[in-house]
Amino acid sequence: MAHYFTIFFNSVFIDNIALTFFLGMCTFIAVSKKVDTAMMLGAAVIAVEFITVPVNNLLYTFLLKKGALAWAGYPDLDLSFLGLICYIGVIAAIVQILEMALDKYLPALYNALGIFLPLITVNCAILGAVLFMVERDYNVVESTVYGVGVGCGFALAIMLLAGIREKLTYSDVPKGVRGVGITFIIVGLMAMSFKAFSGLSF
Amino acid sequence: MKLLDELKPHFEKGGKWEKYAAVHEAIDTTLYSPTDVTTGSTHVRDSINHKRVMSIILLALLPCIMMAMWNTGYQENLTLNQMLAAGQINSLPGLSNSNSIMANLLTGAGMFLPVLLTALIVQGIWVTVFASMRKKNIDAGFLITAVLITLLMPPTAPLWQVAIATSFGVVIGREIFGGIGMNFLNPALVAWVFMSLAYPGSISGDAVWTAVDGYTGATPLAVALSDGVPSLAAQGISWQSAFLGTIPGTMGETSALACLLGAAVLLISGIASWRIIASILIGVIGLSSMLCMFNPAAMNPAWHLVLGGLAFGMVFLATDHSSAAMTVKGQWIYGLLIGLLVVTVRVFNPMMPESVGIIILFGNVAAPLIDRLVVNAHIKKRKLRHV
Repeated sequence: MAHYFTIFFNSVFIDNIALTFFLGMCTFIAVSKKVDTAMMLGAAVIAVEFITVPVNNLLYTFLLKKGALAWAGYPDLDLSFLGLICYIGVIAAIVQILEMALDKYLPALYNALGIFLPLITVNCAILGAVLFMVERDYNVVESTVYGVGVGCGFALAIMLLAGIREKLTYSDVPKGVRGVGITFIIVGLMAMSFKAFSGLSF
Repeated sequence: MKLLDELKPHFEKGGKWEKYAAVHEAIDTTLYSPTDVTTGSTHVRDSINHKRVMSIILLALLPCIMMAMWNTGYQENLTLNQMLAAGQINSLPGLSNSNSIMANLLTGAGMFLPVLLTALIVQGIWVTVFASMRKKNIDAGFLITAVLITLLMPPTAPLWQVAIATSFGVVIGREIFGGIGMNFLNPALVAWVFMSLAYPGSISGDAVWTAVDGYTGATPLAVALSDGVPSLAAQGISWQSAFLGTIPGTMGETSALACLLGAAVLLISGIASWRIIASILIGVIGLSSMLCMFNPAAMNPAWHLVLGGLAFGMVFLATDHSSAAMTVKGQWIYGLLIGLLVVTVRVFNPMMPESVGIIILFGNVAAPLIDRLVVNAHIKKRKLRHV
């Protein structure tokens, strides 16, 4: 249990995907103007990470890993070079299926999340989480926890950023850095404050 | 007064020093009450203004400043006397009688004032540059930021590093957002965190707390966390001395008593939010007593409060107006968050004993979201009431 907690805690605070690895910056900057939309996007990221990371983990363990196809008579086959293209395809497919399923069965939720789901199909935070999962050799349970953790970390970071940007609506930023420029500076300062967690071990 | 008034036309629009109008305005309002008053219909809401708030904060900081000068000198003189007794040095330099208050004050001032001056001058330059380029007035209150930065530095902090950290704190932490009141982080904390990330060697570790060459000694907080509180007694540190502040540490943080006096001033004048201070106290005392229950050897709440920068950060840094939470419920949450995190990081992160600064910075980052969620919850409640 403690092991899973560590994975979760690390992926939310210490190795925050947005503030430590600076992945998923496009959506992070673009959809952080309002707290409400940021919350929606955060929820969508958590949902997608929760499904795609373990699914890609299964794909990796039973198809792509070296020796994974031994049952079919190819013990030496190493398909991991196909990883990148498989993962992104799986993510895109799952997001599409999720979208269609939500549209059919939960139209209210679909309307709330509608725009954000396709938006994060090719988000590098999602692919990044999958690649980290492969690199760290997680099993299915670990990768589920890790996926949720990364999603929560991203949701937390984007909500914090949106809160700050709403607060700074009335501040007097020099013309040259208004908009995206000042947002990058804010993100940098936030990343600095997240250093508070580095080195924590329970 | 006359001189400033005579010079005034030069600084007005079209005058030859038009660009430096901000400097003239700043000197004029610092020294005298401004002659230009609001015209048209005005409404007075309160007699408090920005300049007065800043003066009261400075008054509250005064015990810390005096203590900082005295203790910095005291620590150095104490160490020198010990070294003399141990035969490591042959003679004492002047002003090194550790029993004389004057000698301690003067020695300490010799280390405190250069840092303060550096912070003031660097900050003055940046503020002036921004004010004249953006055609705004220089805000009151840059004195406070400089004093806070100085109090957060160890006595041995190299001046050029202080200058760089101050520049970063002032420009990126405040001026880029439009000056005082428009920033979401405390500029003094940004400077401190910048310094501790960029030059960890000169702001933490064992060699920086006493301004004597070649002398190393950890802060009592680091000792207490790594070897347990009982080992402090071996260094001659009791709870009383930690409370009074006669221990090594950064210049301003050592004395909980001085911070208490400052807190009294800030709370009576209503400048600091008592909710923030109370909730940080609750967070720290609650979590550390819980940890004490499970592990009797852990540091107890009384020690948590007097060691390290907790008292100083709680009173002067966490309560900063523009960076703390604004809503009533938000201030409770903000304070609790900081209090709980301080104890958590102190206990579970052996690499970073002195963490109050960076945790308050995280609190600052979280404050806008906390406020927003509190407001959201309130709106939802009212909507339900008026269905």
